[in-house]
This record gives sequence, C-alpha cells and structure tokens, in this order.
Amino acid sequence: MADIAARNPAVVTGDRRSSLHKLMQRKSTIAFLMALPLILLLAILVAYPAGFAVYLATLNKGMTRFVGFGNFEFLFGRDTFWLVVYQSCLFAITAVIFKAIIGFVVAHFVHNIPSKGQRKWRGMLLVPWVIPPAMSTLAWLWLFDPSYSALNWILAHFGIGNVPWTGEAGWARFSVILVNVWIGSPFFMIMYLAALKSVPEQLYEAASIDGATWWQRIWYVTLPMMRNIIAITALFSLIVTFANFDIVRVLTAGGPLNSTHIFGTWAFRVGIEGGDIPLGAAVSLFMVPILAVAATFILRDITKRGSEV
Amino acid sequence: MGSNKVNRRRFVAGTAAASAAFVAAPFVRGAYAAGKLSVGFWDHWVPGANKATEALVKEWADKEKVEVSMDFITSQGNKLLLTTAAESTAKSGHDVLAFSTWLPSRYADQLVPMNDVVEPLIKANGPVNGTVEYLGKVGGKWLAVPATSGSQIKGPCSRIDLLKKHAGIDIQAMYPAGAPPKADGWNLDTFLKAAEACQKGGNPFGLGLGATSDSVDTAGALFHAFGAQLVNEKGDITVKSDPVRQALDYYKKLMAFLPPDVPSWDDASNNKFLVSGQGSLIMNPPSAWAVAKRDAPQIAEQLWTHGFPAGPKGRYAPFLPFFWGTWNFSKNQSAAKSLVTHLSQASSAEKMVIASGGYDLPAFANLTTFKVWAEEGPPKGTLYHYPNPHNHQTLSIAAAPAPHKIAEQIYTQAIQTQMVVRFAKGEAMDKTLDWAAKELEGFSRN
Repeated sequence: MADIAARNPAVVTGDRRSSLHKLMQRKSTIAFLMALPLILLLAILVAYPAGFAVYLATLNKGMTRFVGFGNFEFLFGRDTFWLVVYQSCLFAITAVIFKAIIGFVVAHFVHNIPSKGQRKWRGMLLVPWVIPPAMSTLAWLWLFDPSYSALNWILAHFGIGNVPWTGEAGWARFSVILVNVWIGSPFFMIMYLAALKSVPEQLYEAASIDGATWWQRIWYVTLPMMRNIIAITALFSLIVTFANFDIVRVLTAGGPLNSTHIFGTWAFRVGIEGGDIPLGAAVSLFMVPILAVAATFILRDITKRGSEV
Repeated sequence: MGSNKVNRRRFVAGTAAASAAFVAAPFVRGAYAAGKLSVGFWDHWVPGANKATEALVKEWADKEKVEVSMDFITSQGNKLLLTTAAESTAKSGHDVLAFSTWLPSRYADQLVPMNDVVEPLIKANGPVNGTVEYLGKVGGKWLAVPATSGSQIKGPCSRIDLLKKHAGIDIQAMYPAGAPPKADGWNLDTFLKAAEACQKGGNPFGLGLGATSDSVDTAGALFHAFGAQLVNEKGDITVKSDPVRQALDYYKKLMAFLPPDVPSWDDASNNKFLVSGQGSLIMNPPSAWAVAKRDAPQIAEQLWTHGFPAGPKGRYAPFLPFFWGTWNFSKNQSAAKSLVTHLSQASSAEKMVIASGGYDLPAFANLTTFKVWAEEGPPKGTLYHYPNPHNHQTLSIAAAPAPHKIAEQIYTQAIQTQMVVRFAKGEAMDKTLDWAAKELEGFSRN
C-alpha cells in the first residue's frame, strides 16, 4: 500500500497538504509565525551585530589575523581599563539605587494624590524621561558649563564659589550620575506606581486592624507585593545604565583624565576615534558577563518567588 | 516552427547587418558619458563655504561629462569618522572622500596611491610642509591628496588691546600686516610672563587642557618647542627624557595662570572664552574671530592671529590638514583623481579660501599668499600671518614623529594633556611619566 501511495503523486500531495494543514493549525506554529517578523528583526539588529562584535574582538589591531582572547588579555593589563570598570560599576549601581529610591518615594506621593489631579502630575513627572537624552543632556551641559555655568551663577548669589561640575574627577562623576538619575527616575516612578495600584486595598485594611504603623505597612505589605516589579525594573535599568553612552559623551566625553569613561564611551574612544576597532569591540563586550551575572541572579530570584506563589 | 530556427546563414546575415548599423551610427556622447562619481566632502563650519567646492565640482563635472553626487558630511558627533569606518568595513562608498588628519595612514592599505596627482601639484604649487608629508605619505606612497577645505593652523589669536594693557606687548608690531614677523622676542618666557600679567589683569589666556583636538594640538606644539617626544620615529618610548620633563615643568607654571576649569574644556570652550571678552589669547584658526565678527564686532576688531612663541628647540605651530582620498574599491578611480586634481589647482584653492573667509589653508608653499588673508578684517590684516606666509614657524602635529598607529592613539587619547594635568595637579613627575610610559607601551601593540 505504501508502495502504491509512493507511486501515486496525488496521494502524496494530499498527505502533505493535510500534514501542512495540521501544522498550520497548531497554536505553536501560529505563534511562531506571528513572532517571526520580530525574530527576524532581532536577528538582523541584535544577533548579527553581537556576533560581528564577538568576531571583531578576536582580531588583531590591524584586523588581519585571529588572536583569540588576546584583546581581553591586553585589556586586563591596562590601568585605564580597570578605571573604566570601576567607573562603570560606580555609575550604574549608584544611579540605579538613587533612581529606585527617588522613583519609590515619588510613586508614593503620586499614588496619594486624589485621582482627579493625578494624571497631570504623572505627565509632568514623566517629562525628563520622554525628552531625548542627548537633548536634555545638552541643557545640563550648559548648566554645568565650565565658564558660564548657570548653577554656579545661582550658587554665587549664596556666596558659594565656583563648583567644577565637569572639571574635577569627583564632581564630574557626580554630575554624570545626577543627570542619569534625573532622566531615569520617572521610569521607576511609573513602574512602581503601576505596582502600587495593584496592591489589594484589603491588605492595608487588615494591617491597619492589626495596628501596623506606616513603616510596617510599607515593609510588610507594600515592599513584598512590589518585589518582583522592583527586581525587574532594577535589572532593566542596570542593563540600560551600564550600556549608557549619550550622557557621558555629551557631558564630559569621558574626562577629566578618563575619570568618567564608562564601557560605551571608552569603547568608542578606543575603537572609532583611536582606530583600534577590535579593542573597542572587546571593551564593549566586557559588559556582557557582568550583566549576565546580574540578570541570572535577579531572574532566578523572581522565578523562585513565582513558583512559591 | 521551421521559420523560428536560426540557421548559420540567417545568423551571419543578422549579425552583419547589426554590425553595419553599429559602425555606421554616429558617436553620440551622452550627458554623462564618463560615468558616475560620488564624493563625500567635509561639511564646513563656515556658512556658505561649501558653495565654492560645490561650484568647482559642477564646473569639472560639466566639462568631463561625469554625473557627480556630492555629500557634505559633518564632523559633528564624529559623523565623518563613522562614515569612513563604515565605508572601509563595507568596502563600498564614496569614490572621493575627505579624510581627516590621521585617517590616510589608518586606512593606508585601502587607499589608491596618489603620487601621480600629488607630485605634479607639488611641482606646480611648491612643496608641502613636513606635517602633511608625515601624515599623507607612507613608504614613498602618497595615500591621499592634501585638501584645502578644512585644513588649518591653530595658532594664537590674541586681543590686541588686552595684551598691550596687561603685558605691554604690541602684537601688531610683532606681527605686522603685510610684512615679515619681528618676533624674535616672542618666546616661551615672554609667553609665560604675558600669561601671568593677563591673568592678574583679569583676562587670562584660554588654553584648553581637555581631551579634544584644540587642547591636544596646543600641547603638541609646546612639547615640540622643547623637543619633547613621547615616542620617536622608530617607535621607541622616549617619554622619560629631559625635554619631556622640561615641557611638563613649563606647563605646570603656565597652568597656574590659566582658568581653573581648562581640564574640562572642549573645542568650543576657547572660542566662547574669547568671544565673551574674558580671554586675551586662545589657540585657534580664525573661526573664533569669524564668530566674534558676527556676534561681538567690538571684540573682533581687537583680534590678531599670529605665530606661536619659540621654545628652546624652535617655533612650532599645529597644522591639521584634511586630505581627499580614493578607496581601492572605488569604481571610478580615474575620474576621482581628475576631480581631486581640479580641486587642488591654485585657482580652485583660492576660491575655497575666499569662501571660507580665510579659514581654509592649502598645504602647498606657493599658495599661502592669497590676497584674502591680507585683506580680511576688521582689523585689516588680522589674518595675514595665519597661513605662515614667511615660514616663520615649523608646522607640526602632536605626537609626531611616532609611527602613525602609535601617534594616532597618543593624539586621540590626549596623552600629553593628561600628563600635563596630572603633573600640574600635584602628581609626582616620575609617577606621571610611568603612567604615560605604560599607556604608550599599550599603544605599541600590533
């Protein structure tokens, strides 16, 4: 029978058609097809450049021969590289902590505003986040201008001398973190606000009946209910902050004395401006293991809590 | 069916007829018979300066029957640099592209030799300065043609009134318009004393010490004035030397008289400092003067562009040339060379210089005496000494004579200004030199 079917093309085509029909009716197939444009987009815009960066990072300076991990070994011996690692961690961790605290506090304030006026406040507080960072950073650059700083002009009215906002290593680090916090806090605020709105009111009522104080309600009700959103927001922000480029590039270009360079800006300096593309690619790839470790820990914690629930 | 078959007899008859028609047809030269050419120029700072280049290209295209597409690519945000890197990697792009200072040597293996263009130009327009040769010629091969548009000397631009008032220096007498400089006394000691006097008078000199080009160029010229090389032409690290120590000592003294924020200055800071009326001297091409002419004419009237102070090893001024080059994957290399030759003629160069208000600077010795520099003003003659018409100073580039791959890293990572700031802020000399030596060691890798 199989022999006959094999010799009969009509039967074969019919079988193929019905199996294709079945395949097309599967939910997983439909889901795959619907996700295909996005998968292709990610492959072109993310996977290919990432793979290409890995390939570049394994080449010598002249891009003529394979050197394996040679570029990474070279980086480990450079003082400037370790300064960049230190500065990137300081920049990302400090900024994320402050963004989280400010976002949390402001979200509570907004949550307690009567719903009639809340929309206006939400809109206004989101402004720093919705303005393109390169533009808002330019405004900050004028405020921090070495010679004509508007902030220094205001401080002078209070008898405070000129602050070298971008001219001295400590102040320059403070300035880039400040701008990052200013831009990023609204994102935390809006995420936390959404989380706050989803906390059931009955839990607070029950806590009040039990005589919980304001602080106990935050600690035992709000925070546990928001843990997942806090973790995901922190992870997302950590990734974005580590990979930041525009703020540092516009404000300090990594100076003074390389003290504000982060991975992105130093990779650009070494790779594009300095003409050592393989080394630049190696610097930018150094973010991957750091972020992978952070992502693993945070996501594992979220999954664990998810299964507990 | 038989009629559709092409037999031998019919084929011969057909091809013969076609050949006869082809031979008999008159030669009609199309509007763009010589093909297409795409050109990427540097987008000029000076408004309207691109127009001269555009007109020259059109003039050539009409004559040569070539269809030309032109892009003026800004260097703001490193767009030109990124375009060059992308074209090099993709092996596709403009037939003629503007290459900034260090790029011809960076892409040496991918550029078409231009000896057949540059050598006749040198014969016609005089020799090029040593810096242009160092940057554009490797192993006897001209990698690109020195361009007029965008090339510049970053010499001192001073306030006539403030130098007179605070330091007792008559800069116009030292650098008279239309005559050779009388600047034997204009040396690094005089410069330091003048910097101190102007700082005490409330109008300090504005010499940046950041990581951008203006700061690096100034530091480079002052290091050259002491004979201070970080790496020699063989690639040996020579940073731990007496001339480097002397240069750092001098800069430490000078930095005390500069505004405290100079380590964070970028290429706009010095211009703003001068145009605002605060500064009495900056190191810049005439763009600061041009902006002052538009925004603060009373300050522009007091500005004078002149030569660098001399040091123990000579008088050096930073020269930053642009080049026009052609990729070896360009499809129309002969047309590209023809266009670049046309743009490099004396008459073309003069048009570009005029359109840029005297900013652009041809690299050839005989092209530094165009009328425009003598006539631009106010004050009249302010740009006379800008193109170094009397060869009064040696035109140089920071990090030379190190091999290009090392020198480019020294330049882009601003090693000299970083050394100056480290030492001036209290770091021990040996520690600064050790730091620099380690950085330089890293740049030497292949």
